[in-house]
Amino acid sequence: MERGGLSALFLHLMALWFVAVGGPSAILPDIHRYVVDAHQLLSNREFAEIYTLAQAAPGPNVMYTTLIGWHLAGWSGALATTIPLLVPAMTLTLVVGHFIERYPDAPILRAIRRGLTPITIGLMFAGATVLMRAVSHDWRGYLTTVLTAAIVLRLTCNPLWLLAAGALLGIAGVF
Amino acid sequence: MQQSDSHKPSVSKLELFLTFSRITLSSFGGALFWARLGIVERRRWLSEREFAEFLTIGQLLPGPNVLNLTVLVGYRFGGWSGAAVSVLGYLGWPFLVVIGMGMLYQQFGALPQVQLALSGMSKVAAGLLLATVVKLAMVLPRRLRPWLFGLLAFFAVGVMRWPLLWVVAALAPCAVFLAWKAKD
Repeated sequence: MERGGLSALFLHLMALWFVAVGGPSAILPDIHRYVVDAHQLLSNREFAEIYTLAQAAPGPNVMYTTLIGWHLAGWSGALATTIPLLVPAMTLTLVVGHFIERYPDAPILRAIRRGLTPITIGLMFAGATVLMRAVSHDWRGYLTTVLTAAIVLRLTCNPLWLLAAGALLGIAGVF
Repeated sequence: MQQSDSHKPSVSKLELFLTFSRITLSSFGGALFWARLGIVERRRWLSEREFAEFLTIGQLLPGPNVLNLTVLVGYRFGGWSGAAVSVLGYLGWPFLVVIGMGMLYQQFGALPQVQLALSGMSKVAAGLLLATVVKLAMVLPRRLRPWLFGLLAFFAVGVMRWPLLWVVAALAPCAVFLAWKAKD
């Protein structure tokens, strides 16, 4: 991949992450549009395979962008797609963190935290149910999800075992 | 003046790095579950309620919510360099792992077993997320208003599938205003 194309991708991602309120899933469609449709850097199938592969790795789901960069241009590509992710976190979030620590009892910050936390929890519950429906197409999938949640809430076992069991059930063709 | 529910343990930079390394290296299918487990249950750096509040702020800011949470936790316990080592632990390892996977992919292509294993793991990961949300919901005060806002947000986005931005734009100002008035 030529240098100009990589810088353009870098700048595009930089702009995207600054407006990515709602996290990585909010910008997935636009990254797909940019690399597959607008610039034909990857085929649809490559994009899907890379995305799937990155989900198999430990770490935040967003690392699929690093893998796209690596696939396109090696180490410089991986850096060009990963640094844009860091910039808002290391600027905006740090500034906000500074104010939270400096003025923990400022009434407006307190009202924001206390007022919005229930909404966040409601939205995450919505996210969990949407995800549950997206990953399952029959009762076996739903049962696995609900059983996992029940086990985690009731028992103390290392949940990595549950993930390993899920992977084995998947390979065995249960779902 | 400190908040009544905040106790601030002293935490070294190395502990920050190691804890976020462990969180990220366990995070298959989503990091939130492991972040709560590591920060609230294993390390007890934040109370359940502080964690929910940090996450809310992480959600409001652009970028991945758990990455923002990592920065906020790192900054609280170690200033800006604490934030930097936390982020290094949280993103450094997965950066190297996905590149390793990229090398294998260029050699061998994607294996069908990866797809099958992922389809099984994704159902477990959805369960981990569900359990995390249930635990977070337990910290909400047992009063009508917070639960009403939580249910409205869930219903609008999860059931009606209305666009997130509109839902938040409608609910958030009311929720903040009422919390301000009630001084809770």
